[in-house]
Amino acid sequence: MATKNWPLWEVFVRSKNGLEHRHFGSLHAADAEMALENARDVYTRRNEGVSIWVVESKYITASNPEHNGELFEPAQDKVYRHPTFYDLPDEVKHM
Amino acid sequence: MSEEQIKNLEKQFEERIARDEKIEPKDWMPEKYRQTHIRQMSQHAHSEIVGMLPEGNWITRAPSLRRKVALLAKVQDEAGHGLYLYSATETLGISRDELYEQLHTGKAKYSSIFNYPTLTWADMGAIGWLVDGAAIINQVPLCSTSYGPYARAMIRVCKEESFHQRQGYEIMIKLANGTPEQKEMAQDALNRWWWPSLMMLGPTDAESIHTEQSMKWKLKRKSNDELRQQFIDQTVPQADLIGLTIPDPNLKWNEERQSYDFGEIDWDEFWQVVKGHGPMNKERMKARVGAWERGEWVRDAAMAYAEKQQDRKEKQVV
Amino acid sequence: MKENLYNYILQIADNSLILGQRMGELCGHGPSLETDIACTNISLDLFGQVRSYYQYAAKIAADGRTEDDIAMLRKERDYLNILLVEQPNTDFGYTMARQFLFDVYHLLFLKELEKSKDLILSAIATKSIKEVTYHQRFSSDWIKRLGDGTEESHERIQNAINDLWTYTDELFRLSEVDEEMLEEGVAVDISKLKNGYYQKVSDVLEEATLTVPESKYFQKGGKQGIHTEHMGYLLADLQYMQRAYPNMEW
Repeated sequence: MATKNWPLWEVFVRSKNGLEHRHFGSLHAADAEMALENARDVYTRRNEGVSIWVVESKYITASNPEHNGELFEPAQDKVYRHPTFYDLPDEVKHM
Repeated sequence: MSEEQIKNLEKQFEERIARDEKIEPKDWMPEKYRQTHIRQMSQHAHSEIVGMLPEGNWITRAPSLRRKVALLAKVQDEAGHGLYLYSATETLGISRDELYEQLHTGKAKYSSIFNYPTLTWADMGAIGWLVDGAAIINQVPLCSTSYGPYARAMIRVCKEESFHQRQGYEIMIKLANGTPEQKEMAQDALNRWWWPSLMMLGPTDAESIHTEQSMKWKLKRKSNDELRQQFIDQTVPQADLIGLTIPDPNLKWNEERQSYDFGEIDWDEFWQVVKGHGPMNKERMKARVGAWERGEWVRDAAMAYAEKQQDRKEKQVV
Repeated sequence: MKENLYNYILQIADNSLILGQRMGELCGHGPSLETDIACTNISLDLFGQVRSYYQYAAKIAADGRTEDDIAMLRKERDYLNILLVEQPNTDFGYTMARQFLFDVYHLLFLKELEKSKDLILSAIATKSIKEVTYHQRFSSDWIKRLGDGTEESHERIQNAINDLWTYTDELFRLSEVDEEMLEEGVAVDISKLKNGYYQKVSDVLEEATLTVPESKYFQKGGKQGIHTEHMGYLLADLQYMQRAYPNMEW
């Protein structure tokens, strides 16, 4: 068994300029440079990207699904944040 | 947690899946769900990387440059698919090294089909056409399985694999339309790969142990026997089209069922290979373990270098 | 046919063919899944280049031979690759050392070939430069990781560099074909690449805490078709199908 395993990295790829980076998957690499190169070889072999971010997975802090109630449900009834909440006369076609 | 609380959580969990909601890595899940997924997903990942070996066997000997690059790209895709699937499995709290360990010690299984040898170039055609054909039938339904990371990995796999089967069938077409020697090579490959491909879709429903639970969790959508019938019905006309004969004297169109009847599968052979006594089980494992062990000093070096670089960076900051 | 041009193309293409073949051997056997995928990419790049070169050579030969005939149906003595690229994958250290020692040359070479009067060669060079720039980056990074990694890796990669060093001088020796084509403004004056090559190689080796070999004894012969013993076995694989089943389409 190797002394230490290559850590896990998360890969984000921008498919083309104008779009955001999107999570594509993960891979193992010893350092950031290798993670970038591997990401290029693994996730963009079919011309899927123009820019890559990699971040070591341990640096990602994720919300806990158990807290979904307090985190996300309060936003459900704030209908006034959406345009459809507001009544307009039919004559106004676009607003 | 009390037993009742767990029961309650499980009930909610099953309801979520029934509503077609996806389960994500940090969500609560029954331990059995986690274990079943680790088992099936890693088995799938192992199959991809062990599956590189029989085809990799012909990379250096591919008959033309066009075939060589296609085969290289295909085997490389299998490495990529293994990687996607290992990554997805890792979200369930097990490391890739642990998964390798399970593979290398024989604790984990992989698809038995890869324990058959690739003896001629036509085997590249037969594998692409039949083995990938059977794999696609297995895999497409998994694109909508309940575990999010698995479903996402499978969507990418299925998208990329669409060229694999065509690549194989094209090889077969070329051979079937070639010289008598080439045609014979193609027929021989079909003879050797047909039955293992049918076995690849799993034991008969009567003997399959996990099916009911797997159906509920959308790890499976159809039974093994249904999948097998689907595979046969779709493949027989493809063989007819290129003038090859399916090596089954009992194969017959059943007008009433609108399906092919087919002969008895040799399940003894199936279980023999599953239990580790197929023609290539030992070699395949030796190749995987060997590559892993020969790579150890390389992986260690990369880690050591990364740590040194990190240290240097920190010292510079100070 | 323009025999010199034909042979000049082979000199270039055979390097990529034989190195691509060597890298292809590793597919499925790399030290990690990620590295495996990367090495296969290099192999695929090289075979892509090879096909462009041989298709061009086939056009010039104009004797009915295809890219595959040229790639797979010559006798060993008619392969014009340098000795370095046919050396075996003894371990990952040798594989990366071979790749690195070739990549540095390859990139310098292509940057000059881009200026060739031959527009097809120039176009192939332009496309290949991007690929090979990445190869050099990849192999240089690995030289540094292995050189400045563990004691074991340092020793292994140093041995590999030492052993393969003897094949580097051949990179810069002009063959008759080189000289003829140089006069026509088609070829690269490879003798002029030498200083830049050893400078770049030394820089990377030093950064990798490795010693630049001082040996003055070099091997040559590949460009005249006189190869090492490894070549025959490599060709036996490469040519197997074309030899065992002649005149068939695949």
